[in-house]
Amino acid sequence: MSKRLVSKRPVPPPTAATERPVTRLCLTAVALAFLALFLVLPVIVVFSEALAKGVTVYLETFDDPDARAAIELTLLVVAIAVPLNLVFGVAASWAIAKFEFRGKSLLITLIDLPFSVSPVVSGLIYVLLFGSQGLFGPWLEAHDIKILFALPGIVLATMFVTFPFVARELIPLMQEQGSLDEEAALTLGARGFRIFFTITLPNVAWGLLYGVLLCTARAMGEFGAVSVVSGHIRGVTDTMPLHVEILYNEYNFVAAFAMASLLTLMAVVTLAAKTVLEMHYGDALARTTRI
Amino acid sequence: MLKEPSAIPGFGLAFGYTLFYLGLIVLLPLSALVLEAAGLGLDGILRIASEPRVYAALRISFGLAFAAAIIDSVFGLLIAWVLVRYSFPGRKVIDAAVDLPFALPTAVAGIALATLYAPTGWLGGLFAAYGIKIAFTPLGILIALIFVGLPFTVRTVQPLVAEVDREVEEASATLGASRRQTLLRVILPIFAPAILTGFALAFARAVSEYGSVIFIAGNLPFVSEIAPQLIVIKLEEFDYRGATGIALIMLTLSFAILLAINLIQAWSRRRLGGV
Repeated sequence: MSKRLVSKRPVPPPTAATERPVTRLCLTAVALAFLALFLVLPVIVVFSEALAKGVTVYLETFDDPDARAAIELTLLVVAIAVPLNLVFGVAASWAIAKFEFRGKSLLITLIDLPFSVSPVVSGLIYVLLFGSQGLFGPWLEAHDIKILFALPGIVLATMFVTFPFVARELIPLMQEQGSLDEEAALTLGARGFRIFFTITLPNVAWGLLYGVLLCTARAMGEFGAVSVVSGHIRGVTDTMPLHVEILYNEYNFVAAFAMASLLTLMAVVTLAAKTVLEMHYGDALARTTRI
Repeated sequence: MLKEPSAIPGFGLAFGYTLFYLGLIVLLPLSALVLEAAGLGLDGILRIASEPRVYAALRISFGLAFAAAIIDSVFGLLIAWVLVRYSFPGRKVIDAAVDLPFALPTAVAGIALATLYAPTGWLGGLFAAYGIKIAFTPLGILIALIFVGLPFTVRTVQPLVAEVDREVEEASATLGASRRQTLLRVILPIFAPAILTGFALAFARAVSEYGSVIFIAGNLPFVSEIAPQLIVIKLEEFDYRGATGIALIMLTLSFAILLAINLIQAWSRRRLGGV
């Protein structure tokens, strides 16, 4: 369950149960150096490469129709995948948190399953289903329906990868809150959706927002799974991360890092929002270890 | 289905929709993998595993993931300790930044690391002066895997560092233990199960990582080609069976290793009396 690990803790006075100041300084220095090397430098490099030829060139890279198409496609995929996973997350957490039924822990395990599948394998399964030699491949070809190497395939792979995010945030939150409020509303004559929208939803709104945030960040940034099912058709099935790859492999570093800088900004905003939400609603939000 | 009747409405709708959506998005696609694997049979899978290129890729993937997870465990423990126990300016910001590898899209991390560690890059240049190449060698893969696994090891140990009873340390000190003895023989055993969990998560993530590795790896068969990359190559050649075989071997090996770690963990919990 969540605890605010850092902010709550007053620094203890020096006792026999702590390290000598010199040791402390050394350990802190090593830890910070490691973090600077592995976390901070990569972010700095993204912006320094993107702006290597000045702000004008940086901004001009977004005029490219293929770059625009990639951004639009990514937003479209997010606009389809995230709401669908949101509805699922709400339904799943309602069923799991408000009722006792057989096989509940199995259901929770199955919901978490996509987290433990490699991104490349997440793409592979859709190729096995819809590829030309896949299970439904011949039937789809006969009826001229394109799923793989087209928008539906990209959306499906994204939905698979981001499947657990909203449910995972909502289930522990709703479980903790129990159903007394809902039962009270029931005795006062409220029904189904009215109870949900006026009682449950306001109680879990922050957790819901948090889940949607994580889901959106991952949906925008997913590379492995989408790379397998997209077919890399420039300007057509290229999402933002895939376009980064294409530009980078063409040695068009400014444009590649310019596109990457948008995704980096999104990641930084996600982390900032996560920190703010945790500071204000830390006790209500589950501290997740996966984004 | 329900174990006890409930006055709250909507079970049928919520539960039904959950099962329907789960089946459609997760179970149906995964069953395609199982079906394809069943068509391969044990024989076919062993034949794929013994292909020299596949064997080499698996060894590189698992070996480097293991090394990266060990390095992450050491630094994860250190970072968690420093973040919880010591105070310094900017501690909260740094604590938030630990999650960056979760939030940063893998392709972005990949090109950033490749640029940093290339012979012409800021860090790669420093090493190149001593004749050490990092990017486009297995060392580069290791760097990328350390990056993706770090948050797992920090975040699994951190709550324990915050919770551990300081009186234990004080008791140890009053009994005459030096600080080093207290850390190694009192504190470390308490953290051991969490360190193992963090190691397992970092390892599992590193084995399956694709996006942040391929840019820095160089992808030279037998040298710096990881197993997920080989799956992609097999798919591009329309060799669905080969791709499925590698995926299945990876899943089985990961599962076996994680099971072993869980068993060690259960054993250490029993031994320490449920810390």
